[in-house]
Amino acid sequence: MLEARNLGKSYGSRKVVDDLSFDVMPGEIVGLLGPNGAGKSTTVAMLCGLVAPDSGQVLVGNGHGAPLAALGGADAARLKARIGVVPQELSIYETLTAEANLALFGALYGLAGAPLRTRVAETLAGVGLSDRAKDKPATFSGGMKRRLNIAAALVHDPDTLIFDEPTVGVDPQSRNAIFDHLEALRARGKAILYTTHYMEEAERLCDRIVIMDHGKVVASDTLQGLHCRLPAVDSLELEIEGEADLASLAREPGVERPQQQGVLLRVGLADLARTAPVVLSWLAAHGHTVRRLSSGRANLEDVFLSLTGRQLRD
Amino acid sequence: MNITAFFALVRKDLVLYFSNRRALVMSIAAPIVIAAFFGSLFGPSSDKPSKIAVALTDLDHSALSQRVATSMAADDALEMKPLDEAAAAAAVRAGKVRAAIVLPAGFGAAAPQALLGGSTRPVVRVQYDPSQAAGLAIVRGLFAQHVMESIGQGMAAMPGARASAGFTLPFETQATAATAADKHAYNSYAHSFAGMSVQFILFMGIDIGIGVLLARRLGLWKRLRAAPLGRATLLGSHIASGALIALVILSIIYGAAMAIFGVRIEGSMAGFVGVAIAFALLTSSFGLLIAAIGKTPEATRGLAIFATLVMVMLGGAWVPSFIFPPWLQTASLAVPARWAVDGLDAMTWRGLGAAEALAPIGVMLAFAAAFAAIAIWRFDWDEPRS
Repeated sequence: MLEARNLGKSYGSRKVVDDLSFDVMPGEIVGLLGPNGAGKSTTVAMLCGLVAPDSGQVLVGNGHGAPLAALGGADAARLKARIGVVPQELSIYETLTAEANLALFGALYGLAGAPLRTRVAETLAGVGLSDRAKDKPATFSGGMKRRLNIAAALVHDPDTLIFDEPTVGVDPQSRNAIFDHLEALRARGKAILYTTHYMEEAERLCDRIVIMDHGKVVASDTLQGLHCRLPAVDSLELEIEGEADLASLAREPGVERPQQQGVLLRVGLADLARTAPVVLSWLAAHGHTVRRLSSGRANLEDVFLSLTGRQLRD
Repeated sequence: MNITAFFALVRKDLVLYFSNRRALVMSIAAPIVIAAFFGSLFGPSSDKPSKIAVALTDLDHSALSQRVATSMAADDALEMKPLDEAAAAAAVRAGKVRAAIVLPAGFGAAAPQALLGGSTRPVVRVQYDPSQAAGLAIVRGLFAQHVMESIGQGMAAMPGARASAGFTLPFETQATAATAADKHAYNSYAHSFAGMSVQFILFMGIDIGIGVLLARRLGLWKRLRAAPLGRATLLGSHIASGALIALVILSIIYGAAMAIFGVRIEGSMAGFVGVAIAFALLTSSFGLLIAAIGKTPEATRGLAIFATLVMVMLGGAWVPSFIFPPWLQTASLAVPARWAVDGLDAMTWRGLGAAEALAPIGVMLAFAAAFAAIAIWRFDWDEPRS
């Protein structure tokens, strides 16, 4: 397992990560989300051992009763070998064959000889690249390169994996193949940290989601738990005639944050079944004809925007 | 140190470098072509000396020979060094003097008579540096001038001296090129190959540095750093692979120089190997220095190429450094390329022994150590801040 315990990091007077804590257990995928500049990259760099934290610790263990050990400690090299990192960039050598790439990265983790060859073959098979083992990535499609990029982090069979936006620029087929592979890794008991800007990926894959902003954890929960943080889980979207008195509508029981843009009225609902009739009755009573009606359920993006705001980040 | 990882990294660098055929052809073909061009230009013909270093061996010890020596020593155009015959010959071979003049026994008695056409002219032997052959004519002319003046001074003190049919040059010269062990004629390609090898192998060193910068940009460096590897393994593997590539290229270039252009390692083979290894280490540490101080691959490449061109030019890789003014010849000793070129010259056409390789090897290793130390000090291990 992997644990970030009270991590802190500053660059000059700018605090990039501030007392950040979360963990990833074996057989679990934890999503790490945050807007640009939230401190995700620095956090990932600290978790990989690339950047030393100013305060706090990164702890690594096998999750089977063995004590956790600090990544920055004396046996940092041994602990690093238990982590596999999939960088956001395509971090592979384009002019080495797929097999040679994996052989190199396996050797960096101490594998050699027959065990290395076996792991290379197994890992290539795992990402569906066995038939391209002797080919150079320069001849691969984007999706194949992404899969090889992932394979390079798996070849030494780590028990903790850190995926830093691994599906950027990947077509839906390759993305689904990657998701299937991640789920298979989870089933094998790997502890997986997954950073992404794609909310639907986190919704599909993650058992828990950590949302960070301004260097701090602003939410850490299951998807359902995060939904409960929203004032309105359900919503109604209606096309109406006339301009509604939003203040009056907001006073109706179960109605949350009504908004109108032109003919489009959006109303948050604490409970769709109970509150939808209330809204429709109120509209009829106030002389607004409803031309179209649809209902929806809040998604992770709503939660994310609710917690981090809609302001653009650089 | 993780030896398996170290060798894997070295092997990776070698495979990557040699799989880039365009770079390989550039590294090998370009120096051969340009060296051939410069070698043909700078055969034993062109020279514009400033102050000419000349050794004088006086086997006569007559009043005339001493006046000649005094007169030459007073000449602003000459840097006269009185040496015994063996030391003078060695100085020519080492390139420390342009020529060595030997005044034979009996010169003082025979030369004044010969001036008036009255006796056999004494033979003055002159050994000269064949890489600076054009200087021979200048040395001959200046020497003749000093001999004539010295004889004239002596004759003024001889009341019985009589004029003859006319004055003739009072001596003959026997010029010999001082080459490696005096076995082979001077090969003008030898210096060109030394210079071009140094230049293009240093360019390869730039590629090593740029490769590290590109690896950072592509996230490869992040992946390497995330592995359980120490800094010594990461940086040491780059130095080792760079040095190996440099040695392979140098071997191929000199192989071509020997096979096609008749260049020979006339001096110490061990010295040549030592110079080659020291230069290879210098090259790879130079590449690492570029990686440490460079910001972006694009900006760094241009600056590094410019710096390298200046370095090899001052180092005498393009044209022999004796063409430079004296102050620049001295200043260029601070340029590592100068020691590389001089070291290769010394072990090839100059035919010097292993002892003469020690100074170039020592200086290049010192530069390599300094470059590596600065690179390790300045290397930014942190990831980009965001």
